[in-house]
Amino acid sequence: MKRNPSIEIGTGLFVLLGFAALFFMATQISSHGLEFGRHEYHLTAAFDNVGGLKAGAPVSIGGVTVGRVESIDYDSTAFKAVAHLSIDRRYNRIPNDSDVAIYTAGLLGGNYVGFTPGGSDTNYKDGDRIEMTQSAIVLENLISKFLFDKAGQGAKKETP
Amino acid sequence: MSGHAVSSVLAQFGRFTLFFGRLCAGVPSVLRRPRLLVEQVHMTGALSLVIIMLSGLFVGMVLGLQGYDLLRRFGSTESLGTAAALGLLRELGPVITALLFAGRAGTAITSEIGLMLATDQLAAMDMMAVDPVRRICVPRFVGGVVSMPLLAAIFAVIGIYGAQLVGVELMRIDAGQFWSQMRGAVEWRDIVEGVVKSLAFGVACSAIAVYEGYHAVPTAEGVGRATTRTVVTSSVAVLAIDYMLTAVLL
Repeated sequence: MKRNPSIEIGTGLFVLLGFAALFFMATQISSHGLEFGRHEYHLTAAFDNVGGLKAGAPVSIGGVTVGRVESIDYDSTAFKAVAHLSIDRRYNRIPNDSDVAIYTAGLLGGNYVGFTPGGSDTNYKDGDRIEMTQSAIVLENLISKFLFDKAGQGAKKETP
Repeated sequence: MSGHAVSSVLAQFGRFTLFFGRLCAGVPSVLRRPRLLVEQVHMTGALSLVIIMLSGLFVGMVLGLQGYDLLRRFGSTESLGTAAALGLLRELGPVITALLFAGRAGTAITSEIGLMLATDQLAAMDMMAVDPVRRICVPRFVGGVVSMPLLAAIFAVIGIYGAQLVGVELMRIDAGQFWSQMRGAVEWRDIVEGVVKSLAFGVACSAIAVYEGYHAVPTAEGVGRATTRTVVTSSVAVLAIDYMLTAVLL
């Protein structure tokens, strides 16, 4: 039986590439991954409600992406959702009275975490926990509030 | 006349089914001779890599452009990653790979076997008590079945990079949004759907290519016709199977 090394190499390369692609689909496209480089520091932010915020979402200050949401879990003693943020070292001057809120990018876009810088002289450092947060706006709550207000106004007009 | 046409179509189906049965029965024998299989995976898979990668890149880039233009109207261009990934993984990857496979590898298989038939090589094997179906047809069939899911996976991944190239580098979508929304939306089910589809297409395309070659009229014209039939039948079969599988798996 004749052996042809170039055929074997070609086939090996093809099979390897194919499995690499399958592996990539399984790990990179479907779940978590993505490194932001190792030059980063970590903050945690406790929210009453994170809405649709997901791990991997950007963290921005004034619209500039400075980091990512690393993970989100639930703190069952404080009854709050805790988002772990990893922020690029270059942006290490965030005043420690800055306000943190969850916003939505675009109509169908994903949520992101936005900082509004405060005026304090001291900055957040690695490992700080941020309590001054504003929850995600849940559209259903907003609509029900609006409807109840309208209904209340209607009732007032009819009574006198 | 029409009765004759109906019975010939039925006979065609029957021949194909019986031949498919012989192919499946021969699968264990090819696993005992992996060298034949490696040669065929090289022929159908490795040599199709370039066309698959190029097509994947361009399909992904077109998806990026079209998707961007469509999503911009809803103000949600960040969802481009999700749209491109789901489209490529579930639909475009398996289907376009199968169509290209039928054109690139299926025709090669049919004309090769057809020519062997025309030059009496298969008859000679029969004389030497070598079963031509097991020696020639089954390795090509199994090679195609093995190659197809791998090709489709490569196609999808390159396509997603193509979409990323257009969306992130050209249209300036945030790369993090692109990937994180994709990761959030793509589930295991979507990947499994793509793999199941490409396996089914691999079986269909390879079996049709081998069948057409083995049953070709052993003349120059007959082999040419058989090759054409391979492309036509495979394409129609792929699209029909795609609809059925989508309906079942969705």
